[in-house]
Amino acid sequence: MAYTEDDLEKELENQEYKYGFTTDIESDKIPVGINEDVVRLISSKKNEPQWMLDYRLKAFAVWKDMVEPEWAHVNYPKVKFQELSYYSAPKAQGEKKWEDIDPEMKATMDKLGISMDEQKALSGVAVDFVFDSVSVKTSFQDKLGDLGIIFCSFSEAVQNHPELVKKYMGTIVPTTDNFYAALNSAVFSDGSFCYIPKGVRCPMELSTYFRINEANTGQFERTLVVADEDSYVSYLEGCTAPARDENQLHAAIVELIAMDGAEIKYSTVQNWYPGDEDGKGGIYNFVTKRGICHNNAKISWTQVETGSAVTWKYPSCILKGDNSIGEFYSVAVTNNHQQADTGTKMIHLGKNTKSTIISKGISAGYSNNSYRGLVQINKNASNARNFTQCDSLLMGDQCGAHTFPYIEAKNSTAKIEHEATTSKIGEDQIFYCNQRGINTEKAINLIVNGYCKEVLNKLPMEFAVEAQKLLEISLEGSVG
Amino acid sequence: MIADLTKKDSLLASLSSLNFSDENEYFADLRNKAKAELETLEFPTSKTEYWKYTRVGKIVNKSYNIAKVEDIDITPYLIPGLNANILVLVNGFYKANLSKIDAQDGITVLPLSEAKNLAQLNAKFCSLTTNKEEVFLAVNNAYHTDGIYIEVANNTIATKAYHILNITTGNNVIALSRNVIIGGKSSQVKVIESFINENGNENFVNNVSEIFVGENANVEYNKIQDKSNDNYHISTEQVYQEANSNFTINTATFNGAIVRNNLNIWVDASNCETNLSGLYLGQNKDHIDNHTVVDHMKPNCNSNEVYKGVLDHESTGVFNGKVFVRQDAQITNAFQQNNNILLTDTANVNSKPELEIYADDVKCSHGSTTGQIDEEAIFYLQSRGISKRNAMKLMINAFAKDALANISITALADFIDTKIEERFTK
Repeated sequence: MAYTEDDLEKELENQEYKYGFTTDIESDKIPVGINEDVVRLISSKKNEPQWMLDYRLKAFAVWKDMVEPEWAHVNYPKVKFQELSYYSAPKAQGEKKWEDIDPEMKATMDKLGISMDEQKALSGVAVDFVFDSVSVKTSFQDKLGDLGIIFCSFSEAVQNHPELVKKYMGTIVPTTDNFYAALNSAVFSDGSFCYIPKGVRCPMELSTYFRINEANTGQFERTLVVADEDSYVSYLEGCTAPARDENQLHAAIVELIAMDGAEIKYSTVQNWYPGDEDGKGGIYNFVTKRGICHNNAKISWTQVETGSAVTWKYPSCILKGDNSIGEFYSVAVTNNHQQADTGTKMIHLGKNTKSTIISKGISAGYSNNSYRGLVQINKNASNARNFTQCDSLLMGDQCGAHTFPYIEAKNSTAKIEHEATTSKIGEDQIFYCNQRGINTEKAINLIVNGYCKEVLNKLPMEFAVEAQKLLEISLEGSVG
Repeated sequence: MIADLTKKDSLLASLSSLNFSDENEYFADLRNKAKAELETLEFPTSKTEYWKYTRVGKIVNKSYNIAKVEDIDITPYLIPGLNANILVLVNGFYKANLSKIDAQDGITVLPLSEAKNLAQLNAKFCSLTTNKEEVFLAVNNAYHTDGIYIEVANNTIATKAYHILNITTGNNVIALSRNVIIGGKSSQVKVIESFINENGNENFVNNVSEIFVGENANVEYNKIQDKSNDNYHISTEQVYQEANSNFTINTATFNGAIVRNNLNIWVDASNCETNLSGLYLGQNKDHIDNHTVVDHMKPNCNSNEVYKGVLDHESTGVFNGKVFVRQDAQITNAFQQNNNILLTDTANVNSKPELEIYADDVKCSHGSTTGQIDEEAIFYLQSRGISKRNAMKLMINAFAKDALANISITALADFIDTKIEERFTK
């Protein structure tokens, strides 16, 4: 029998946050607090070379003198950095064969819908799974290796490809970039590294799955994607965390480098635990994501943000090369007491550079959802073009939707368009659906899906379905 | 010893010769409070979000004089064909001998210094300007010299417009003028304020106007900034709207080394309409910054904002518009538009249209564009025998004029049109 809307309704009724379980796994967690010794300890646990440790220590020195930024339109109890543990790893790692992986962990992966066996081979997604702070398993490494593609955990990359890591790490997001980037640079535990050689088109979607399991830990991972000349890669990222009463910190860095003619497509479905109905608990998601485009290169960010108690995230493109293209497609949903301050930065440096920004915000409950974006056309960026559209949808009279665009033009040939609208779902639209026998809840789902379609269309197929469902779940019960 | 003074102190030192001893206790107390507030404030730096694109170093790192002037010829500054009451301020002081007022029943027009003897001013004066954490506002609160007081009684319609000529003359002069405009219930009034500079370099005008729009009232305020290229102007309008009222402000800025317009409108009642429009034409090294805030606090209101800029040479334009829609302000329609044309690669424009919305049953939108004159339109005109130069002129004129369509005083609209045309004929 086909899956009907009634089934969906039933499913929704029982859905709160289905990833809120914890996995009972023995883990190796270092004591709380942060100081230089902790940084050294993390580095030594990962058996890192001296240059890596130096990099961390330098970042830590910078971080110590920085203050937390407060300009974002969010309000939350401050993170107590001395009460967090900065490293937690599932114990008993040993040789990383699928068979050896802790059965508990396998079960977790199954629950999350990521299985690394043949099933997934059919869908053609290579996955790197980061559990708490450590990358657990990367699939399809051999197959990718044949093409010269390197896809592994960040710590493996530090061991096996130090020349690449050294050359590119921190070039896009320097340690001094901002408070959370500096913190991440000092204490990052793991993450993913990906290198696509010249002229290679990566045959499958590469994917990272992040999971925070342990209580009182922060997760700090780094992703570095380097696409060499004329290559192509599509990269996915997903995140979940258990439901806990306290707030947990997630401060990641993503760096993308698209060399001449390369294209990187980076998609995120962010579904960290958003806290309960009263705004208790949830993840603080403070992420720095940035990519650089050389000549004729293209970077496309797509994100579906439904989770996290507080989000602070601006995936950006530096359009350095001539004819390069930057894109940003985003759906950000906030419900209950969630707060999101998200957007993008498009920095046009090269000639004939183009950027497109489509941002769709949905706020419900008591939440606040802000778009904050920068479009900067510099003096030498002749014939630069930008189109920005940010729409906000309000559901309920206790929530807020805000738009803070910064538009800076320094070149007379620049063409910049920006438009934004804020409104609620029209009663006439709902009425139209009602009179055709669609009840209000379904009508709203229908309208919201249509509203987000422009962005969801940009997601890889498997993710698009998941994202659509996520939207429904996130907005469940938000309409009267 | 001067080296030990902070920037704020040296600016304030310029003002120390001002004597306000003849004011009554109530206003002396307000000045003292403002001075105390000033102690806690600093001049904005590049890190001050609200002043992100405007550096005030050039203004505050100088010392200024207070200069009372006897007589000047105001005829060149009158608007041709305009039948209006003329009110003249020179360097921040009222000139009765140059002003020409036709008395009308129900309308009180006085220099502010005299209006301070009226009991009804107490409740209003400074009510929109105290503790706003804006340093230039606080300076004006503490040290304003004189200004214009216009009060239109309930059910009164002003038959003639009021034209305030706010003139500076001499070098390094600071002028701290202060206006209060009160529109009573169901009243109507139109005000024009021209900011003009006669000779003289590096003058600094720090002007504040408090405007109260009563129930059912209709107030139009037009502001023309036409000073020479090396003058500084920081101007603040604080506007308060009551139920069913209509407020329109038009700002035309033709030049100025640093011009900053702060416009804050509190719409604190239902069924109000607010129109804000502006035109800024930058040339040489002008820096023109328009900051507007419309705060919708109650339901069923409309606001409409259009700002347009044409920036030539090495000029910089800044637009920062903010619309707040508070939780109570359901059924608000707010619209915000900013269009810019850059004529050279050395010109700059920074646009920041912002929406902050806490109510759901609203229709709010904003648009911002930066670009050039459409090549195809130019080609079309050329193909009909119009030279490229003239075609450009025609297009820019059309673009610019559109921004001030809300001006209801014909003579003023014509005057501004002529000024725009003159600018692009050069």
